[in-house]
Amino acid sequence: MNATWSRFNMTSIVLGFAFLYLPIMLLIVFSFNESKLVTVWGGFSTKWYVSLFHNQGLMDATWVTARVGVISATAATVLGTLAAITLTRYTRFRGRVLFSGMVFAPLVMPEVITGLSLLLLFVAVGLDRGFFTVTLAHTTFTMCFVAVVVQSRLVTFDRSLEEAAMDLGAPPVKTFFQITLPVILPAIISGWMLAFTLSLDDLVIASFTSGPGATTLPMKIYSQVRLGVTPEINAACTILIAVVAIGVIIASIANKRREVQRQRDEQAAQRG
Amino acid sequence: MTNIAAAASPSAETAALPTQLAKGFVDRLVIIIPYLWLLFFFLVPFIIVFKISLSQTAIAMPPYMPVLDFSDGISGYFAGFRELNFDNYTLLTQDALYFNAYVTSVIIAGISTILTLIVGYPIAYGMARAPATVRPILLMLVILPFWTSFLIRVYAWIGILKPEGLLNELLLSLHIVSDKLQILNTYNAIFIGIVYSYLPFMVLPLYSSLEKMDYLLIEAAKDLGCPPTSAFWKITFPLSLPGVIAGCLLVFIPAVGEFVIPDLLGGSQTLMIGRTLWNEFFNNRDWPVSSAVAVILLLVLIIPIMFFQQAQARAQEQGK
Amino acid sequence: MKSLGSIRRDFAPWNDPNAKPYIQFDKVIKKFGDFTAVNNLSLTIFEREFFALLGASGCGKSTLLRMLAGFEEPTAGRILLDGQDLRGIPPYKRPVNMMFQSYALFPHMTVEKNIAFGLKQEGMPAPDIEKRVAEMLRLVKLEQFAKRKPHQLSGGQRQRVALARSVAKRPKVLLLDEPLGALDKKLREETQFELMDLQQELGLTFVVVTHDQEEAMTMADRIAIMDKGEVMQVATPAEIYEAPTSRFVAHFVGNVNMFEGKVAERAANTTRITGATGAQIVVENAAETANGADIVFAIRPEKIKVSSKKPADAVNALEGEVYDVAYLGDMTVYHIKLDDGQMVRASALNASRVTEDPLTWNDRAWVSFRPDAGVVLTR
Repeated sequence: MNATWSRFNMTSIVLGFAFLYLPIMLLIVFSFNESKLVTVWGGFSTKWYVSLFHNQGLMDATWVTARVGVISATAATVLGTLAAITLTRYTRFRGRVLFSGMVFAPLVMPEVITGLSLLLLFVAVGLDRGFFTVTLAHTTFTMCFVAVVVQSRLVTFDRSLEEAAMDLGAPPVKTFFQITLPVILPAIISGWMLAFTLSLDDLVIASFTSGPGATTLPMKIYSQVRLGVTPEINAACTILIAVVAIGVIIASIANKRREVQRQRDEQAAQRG
Repeated sequence: MTNIAAAASPSAETAALPTQLAKGFVDRLVIIIPYLWLLFFFLVPFIIVFKISLSQTAIAMPPYMPVLDFSDGISGYFAGFRELNFDNYTLLTQDALYFNAYVTSVIIAGISTILTLIVGYPIAYGMARAPATVRPILLMLVILPFWTSFLIRVYAWIGILKPEGLLNELLLSLHIVSDKLQILNTYNAIFIGIVYSYLPFMVLPLYSSLEKMDYLLIEAAKDLGCPPTSAFWKITFPLSLPGVIAGCLLVFIPAVGEFVIPDLLGGSQTLMIGRTLWNEFFNNRDWPVSSAVAVILLLVLIIPIMFFQQAQARAQEQGK
Repeated sequence: MKSLGSIRRDFAPWNDPNAKPYIQFDKVIKKFGDFTAVNNLSLTIFEREFFALLGASGCGKSTLLRMLAGFEEPTAGRILLDGQDLRGIPPYKRPVNMMFQSYALFPHMTVEKNIAFGLKQEGMPAPDIEKRVAEMLRLVKLEQFAKRKPHQLSGGQRQRVALARSVAKRPKVLLLDEPLGALDKKLREETQFELMDLQQELGLTFVVVTHDQEEAMTMADRIAIMDKGEVMQVATPAEIYEAPTSRFVAHFVGNVNMFEGKVAERAANTTRITGATGAQIVVENAAETANGADIVFAIRPEKIKVSSKKPADAVNALEGEVYDVAYLGDMTVYHIKLDDGQMVRASALNASRVTEDPLTWNDRAWVSFRPDAGVVLTR
């Protein structure tokens, strides 16, 4: 009985991952297609990558996206960490229910609503749409994701570490920077990476809140995709996937190494 | 070592007071900064959306009127207030297009959610039953697509689903079908797109509730004479219900307002509310109507969103 | 010379009316919402004392410790340290340090940095810190582990780092919250003696919170038994065991037999008690009891002798039947059901390998004890 179950499990995993990865694999494969037709294999070529780097519009959009991503992710990390601290540490203050609602709701809020509402805010206060407004919008919707990531770490944080630091003479603010922050730093870093990726990927909110001269990469890709599938977009997508995948894989390998080293250390310590 | 005599002496006590105050001040700052940010950038915009949904379109910048400001003094402000009305909402109820778009969006999101659950559950179950050493790798493989661009993942399906696309080529060459299937620009393409894009959101909460479950419970059920299928429905599935609910909400709510998938895969024939809003805004430049569409969409989603928030708060409490 | 228990104590400031109290809890109340964790508690601890707070979980002992450390403020009442009121002084300004139950070692710092943390906070010059850290490492025998991180240490080593870190600042008082709770039994016994030696060597005042009575009995000069936020008795380990003042304390520490009864007759030195079923026993005089008063006579199992025949010279001898016997190696435990229905637990040390008077299930047997073998309790 057990054997058939595990065969069933294996099958569902294999099929599931094939479903998840096959479309992306095909996209990558056809970015190296000599032929302009995306579905007919015409031999291996990297010419689409070359033409990509001569596409000034795409290059500009990439630069805008990178800057928006870094700035908004950094701001979102600060704000999101503060929000996470508020959620876990201050269980009683006026308007706490409203606050937690404002942190969790954006996680599932349809992007068209978030984008429209932020645009109307910027118009109402007379901010010219452009680089600055996209950055503000991205900071707002990504900070909630950072808050959730950091909060889940803070919930398991051993408060006695902070008490120990204070007991040994460190005032609260010093305790936060010397003890709490270094211990939850991995969660904060993954929060930053998540915020950066979300900002990098976002099309809808950016389309609403951006203005002339601040076209982001997804906006650029979207406008070309509407005209049809081309190997050049495949190439652009492949580069984007590669950048993110390499980042994530390096991060998790480093993580895994640390974990293995840690376990080895702990076993060694137990042996004496 | 701190000298207690000094610490407790009157002068030291007054010296200790500012730090006490500063502590309170820092505490307040920690709360106030994200609070004000979210109030200003999340809540206030909704109020503005609501206000503009009561305005009329105008050929101007911004393209609506009245523009409430103090250029005509206080009286001008209130005069503008009287011009607000519910005309746009009347339009939404009278024009069947909008009503159909809402209903279709909810139905499509609902069907897609169930499909995602059906596809995601075996994956999550298989992962949770996998050897402990491979589980982290499988987990990473589920999360990885989530890090790659949503737009790209949807785009990848265009090349597969279009009439001369890879799927049709494959099916034709295997003689499974004799004629090209029209999948792109139909609702089926939207289902595929949503299931594909939102699958990680379903698998992750399912996995985390299934992984926590003690497999001995199943063995105990079998020991007590319960056949495996029945053990699944009587033990495993009820215990994974929190994950099922969380996953379904994570898929359903954003799917209702989805724009990219219906726009790129659904073509011009399909009707979903996210696209309607987008078109009203970008193509018709009708800001008041698109605001009204957003307000109604929010009202449709407010109950599931509150459900989601409560589930989150409960999970947070249990984490402690 | 007669003494309660088997150890003669030279250090006993609590018996000296002129001794200056070091830590004073004065009518302290602590409430968390509706729950009263500490209820109008007063307690005095002396300098250089090894003091234990013993009680079940939720009795308020940890709250007491945390109020002393400054993590909680009393709802009412005062806490004095060396004559100074501690109210309003934050934990980072108090001259007390705490060793945490979880050790709370900073995971991102080496052993060395952990120990130096408190010294850095008070602005000690770097060379002095280095010297003090080396001294502490020597004290806890961890010199070769200075550069390791906490996760690279075994449980016992972590415990010693936590200890070194908390004494590095030479606090006036060291607070220990279940200091040995996370160690296995064998290591725990060794460490108990190490802690006692350390306290002697450093001359510090130790306040330890524990739920383990053996630990408290081994280490402490005095023990406070706590229940529901109140102190039931404060006394030396021997007094707690041999002369409990209440049924709760008698039950809480060790095993005990209780005889319910009334005072029948109070003579010059002895009191005669009539048990609930009419059995008569004679005990040494207890405090304020009047004829006819309801009392309980509490006696420890090892003070009761079991024999197959009535001992000729016994003042108190009651007859019954062997209900259960358990051979434990170093001693044998008997459960005797007396003829009036009361169950008595008695234990006999197996001082020799051969027993002259073996008993088994359902044998008739006599239990006997001296008039001074137990105590009379009125509450």
